[in-house]
Amino acid sequence: MKRTTSLRQILATTACAAVLAFGGAASAADPEMLSNACAGCHGTDGTSAGPATPTIANLSVEYFVEMMKGYKAGTRPSTVMARIAKGYSDEEIQAMAGYFQQRPFGRPEQVVDAAKVKTGKSLAKKYCESCHEDEGKVGEGVGVLAGQKLPYMQYSVSDFLDGKRQMEKRQAKKFEELKADHGDAGFEAVLNYYAGVK
Amino acid sequence: MFETDRRTFVKLTGGAAVAAGISGFPHIAKAAGGKVVVVGGGPAGATAAKYIKRGDASVDVTLIEANPEYHTCFMSNEVIGGERSIDSIRVSYDGLKKHGVNVVNDLVVGIDPVAKKVTTKGGQTFAYDRCVVAPGIDFNYGAIEGHSEAATATIPHAWKAGPQTVLLRKQLEAMPDGGTVIVVAPPEPFRCPPGPYERASMIAHYLKANKPKSKVLILDAKDAFSKQKLFEQAWTKFYGFGTPNSMIEWVAAGKNGKVSKLHAADMMVETDFDKIKGDVINLIPHQKAGKIAFDADLVNDKGWCGVNKKTFESSKHPGIHVLGDASDAATMPKSAYSANSQAKVAASAVLALMSGKTPANPSYINTCYSVAGKDHCFSVAAVYKYNDAENKIVGVEGAGGLSPLDASESDRKRELMFAHSWFSNVVKDCWG
Repeated sequence: MKRTTSLRQILATTACAAVLAFGGAASAADPEMLSNACAGCHGTDGTSAGPATPTIANLSVEYFVEMMKGYKAGTRPSTVMARIAKGYSDEEIQAMAGYFQQRPFGRPEQVVDAAKVKTGKSLAKKYCESCHEDEGKVGEGVGVLAGQKLPYMQYSVSDFLDGKRQMEKRQAKKFEELKADHGDAGFEAVLNYYAGVK
Repeated sequence: MFETDRRTFVKLTGGAAVAAGISGFPHIAKAAGGKVVVVGGGPAGATAAKYIKRGDASVDVTLIEANPEYHTCFMSNEVIGGERSIDSIRVSYDGLKKHGVNVVNDLVVGIDPVAKKVTTKGGQTFAYDRCVVAPGIDFNYGAIEGHSEAATATIPHAWKAGPQTVLLRKQLEAMPDGGTVIVVAPPEPFRCPPGPYERASMIAHYLKANKPKSKVLILDAKDAFSKQKLFEQAWTKFYGFGTPNSMIEWVAAGKNGKVSKLHAADMMVETDFDKIKGDVINLIPHQKAGKIAFDADLVNDKGWCGVNKKTFESSKHPGIHVLGDASDAATMPKSAYSANSQAKVAASAVLALMSGKTPANPSYINTCYSVAGKDHCFSVAAVYKYNDAENKIVGVEGAGGLSPLDASESDRKRELMFAHSWFSNVVKDCWG
């Protein structure tokens, strides 16, 4: 954690420099205006009241941009998001990513299965924690899992396992291991655990 | 922890992008102060009040609404179909009060655009610097001979949710098996374009399980309707549409579907050539802007309020912004999501104008879900931008559109979950 802090300090310095560099340029993309339009589905400031639409607050900028570009290109499966994402330029997506990254990730109560949470906690340590650090709260290049909507995570896992959504090498390996060792119940347990993290 | 270069890279580039975002932040540097009066506490009015207060807490925001609580029209078809309770679509104004909005339970009867004052039935007067008018719709009963407000006691419209929704539900529960439910669909423009067809679906959904010999007959003032292919596909799948035993029949205007007369006492509607008896008649009337829009001289010759679509300021009276269903915000449909989205654009414009700034470039979205059967839901979506030269709201080319006709069953089911999420989030974003 200490290293994280120091890196965050570096990040803060870089951010300040960027603000100065960007200060003069007028942008057509108004981050708050663009982002507020999303709230009708994703909740005020990006924290979803559920049950299924994911919270999009406090995601890393890179992850947010990658998701939106995936929807836009059709490489990431969705019901409605492909149609929405195509409405935005790369610059606008970047602006929204920046706006939502600054909002807190709210964790309103979700119904989870206590037994699954217990099993899931130990499985998560073994199979997930190396990337989804700090109980899944850290979303540097990965999705934030802690307190994310359970049905949304179930859809994501099902899309990954069905091969509809591409996995990174390391993720694919961990998925394979978890599936081999604990089957679908293992995923259910892990997701219940993450959904319940406060 | 930082074994890969990629993750370090993520943190750094992410940070720079965040910074770029911050520089474009339109926050009002100086408090504007001043008074805003919002007329109407539906999705548009509530959202505007909340977002003006959120944007600048120093602005004194008063919202005046005649009803002590609100029933959302959206998802009211699930109440009619027996899938949810009326309580689940009831919203209170406590959330807005927590944001510091002064909520007044009264009916606005006059707006003076010169003296900048709003007066109420209860005899109160409110001065404003900017006024937001969001009265929703009113019904044009005169368009169908024999129809009147009094007739809605037995012939419910259920197009403003609440007691009318409950009445229609009770009539369906009381109807004998083998009965006919007539849904009369209005001409455009009207609130919630796919609504009448979702309603027919939800009624059929209820009848299929409880009164399977019954029928739903849609008599339409139009020859085509919103999400038509998706509805027809669902009706075929669930209700035998297209067969002689179909539970749902749709009659287009061109095929004698246009209702011109109502015989309420005889439970009968009349088209050009037929008189048709129903056991339950859900007549959705022709529509126009809410009454106060007429009283305050905000409407155009078509019965809706012309606005500058960048700020939603009335094209008739400066200082008054009209949003939601009452405004002519074409090409956006009259939907709750549109109202919510427009209200955030308007809130930003109101704050900018009150502090002498140029309003930001608008961005609008509409997303609308329709439930058509068990675990079967689809949507329409669009992202819009403002065209300054023509004062038009224009859909971004290549974006938006309908759920695909060939979507999997699992996607239709997911859309139902997203529809329910849409409901909880849009309610919270408006009133919470």
